[in-house]
Amino acid sequence: MAYTVRTRTRASGIAAIIGAAIVLALVFLPLFASRSLIQDMFLILTMLVLAQFWNLLAGYGGLVSIGQQAFVGMGAYTLFGVVILGGIDPVAAILFSGLGALIIAIPTAFFAFRLNGAYFAIGTWVIAEVVRLLVAQWKTLGGGTGTSLPREATRDMWFVPTVETLLGVRSAAARDILAYWLALALAVATIGGIYWLLRTRRGLALAAVRDNIEAAKSVGVDAVRMKWIVFLTSAFGTGLTGGLIYMQKARISPDAAFSVTDWTAYVIFIVVIGGIGTIEGPILGVLIFFALQSLLADFGSWYLMTLGVLAITIMLVAPRGLWGLLSERTGLHLFPVRRQLVAPKPSET
Amino acid sequence: MILSLENVSKSFGALTVTDSVTFEVPQGQALGIIGPNGAGKSTLFNLITGNIRADQGRIHFEGRDVTRVSAMERCLTGIGRSFQIPQPFEKLTVFETLLVAATHGRNMSEAAVVEDCADILVRTELIGRANTPAGQLSLLERKRLELSRAMATQPKLLLLDEIAGGLTEGECRALIATIKDIHAQGVTIIWIEHVLHALTSVVERLLVLDFGKIIGIGAPEAIMASKEVQEIYLGIEV
Repeated sequence: MAYTVRTRTRASGIAAIIGAAIVLALVFLPLFASRSLIQDMFLILTMLVLAQFWNLLAGYGGLVSIGQQAFVGMGAYTLFGVVILGGIDPVAAILFSGLGALIIAIPTAFFAFRLNGAYFAIGTWVIAEVVRLLVAQWKTLGGGTGTSLPREATRDMWFVPTVETLLGVRSAAARDILAYWLALALAVATIGGIYWLLRTRRGLALAAVRDNIEAAKSVGVDAVRMKWIVFLTSAFGTGLTGGLIYMQKARISPDAAFSVTDWTAYVIFIVVIGGIGTIEGPILGVLIFFALQSLLADFGSWYLMTLGVLAITIMLVAPRGLWGLLSERTGLHLFPVRRQLVAPKPSET
Repeated sequence: MILSLENVSKSFGALTVTDSVTFEVPQGQALGIIGPNGAGKSTLFNLITGNIRADQGRIHFEGRDVTRVSAMERCLTGIGRSFQIPQPFEKLTVFETLLVAATHGRNMSEAAVVEDCADILVRTELIGRANTPAGQLSLLERKRLELSRAMATQPKLLLLDEIAGGLTEGECRALIATIKDIHAQGVTIIWIEHVLHALTSVVERLLVLDFGKIIGIGAPEAIMASKEVQEIYLGIEV
């Protein structure tokens, strides 16, 4: 008797090839795309990364945070801090963004892990507000009105001159292309990293903790450690993304960088309509989100109301999101994590 | 002695659910625990597994003081358990449930435990449901999954909490055979059960709990014959 385990499906093999082709096409996109398309793609990719990290936290870790803006804002402000005060190159400063987010994630976790469910969610929001108010007191970085990256820093940014000569574009366009490439690299690394995590035994432990924490502990899963790993990874990644977003914007204010609407509500919308607890869900969600945004751009507050109605409808009709609905009907999994036990002779079982 | 409890007490508010409990279990023994509903049997289990911390007293496992040790670490040292009300990982399949228990409870890689997990599923007759999400199982299957998951951690001490409740005669016999089989491999067993004939066909010793106190411990025949036990069980089990 030799039982075997199968994770790969035929669809996932094809998806891997198509995925690699899409990534390759996206790498060469700046060669022929317009600057506004590159900017849109930058937004899509950064929102996708934020959505993947929120999904890791809530969909896989069961930690529903509505304070992700704390890490976006902290990451962004750390970038501005080290560039303006430390004279560090903005590209290198992105790494500090992740660390900046970690610095507040650690005390946040100590506090928030004492709370469960809805209380955890509200706790994270409160902490994010506190961080926003504190950062607004930082006069060197513009206080409540915010500040901009110094012109010299953005002009002489690493790789920008290379991109300028390579693609024959102006400095501002070269900065957008660089930011786009960094966002693409971050998105690929995030999806790859999360997929890898879910396929290790830690991925199983994560699902066990989410489904039943007491039972998970009693089979030897270090539930507390799993929560820390997920929370800190998510904070680090969200901080990096925050740094990257504001490196591209080159202008920051506390209200924008710590916006609960932009960095948490939209992100939750993307994950929920796409399909929580799947890697495919946020990818589908972010595409729908941007389609709606460009479709409804001229309708002001109707846009937000439409998003709300749509989110509620999908939650009622398809609680597992559009991807959940699709994969339930078709059995399609592009990033399969399920371990199928295959019997030596299937007829015997 | 694989397990010893010394004056272990636990209260929830004003209610004392475990009252100075002291007993020892020798290596390889099968001990049954009986008592009326609310006697504190499941709480006693939670104290042994570390899901609840004792207010007072000491718990030793294999000579080591584990009173302050977490549930996770106690599992790693060799204490496995099933829950009275099944606590499945709803979204994991039966096989994945065993994988997570075997890889974490024994600290091994997934590839190294596949055969063991499949073997357990064959023994507990869940192999046909291996790739079904635990949330879709029937009550009987959930009970079997509780046992299978505990077995996957390869415990030295296995705690079974009302695993036979609600089973038919045939199912019960199959379960008894499985438990006897585990016991024959040298695993120490502590089993809480209301289905007395199932219990007495396996255990060598019985412990009676009432209002959080031990009111009798010894050979099953002697315990069942005692007046106190018959009083308690009158009307519960004939």
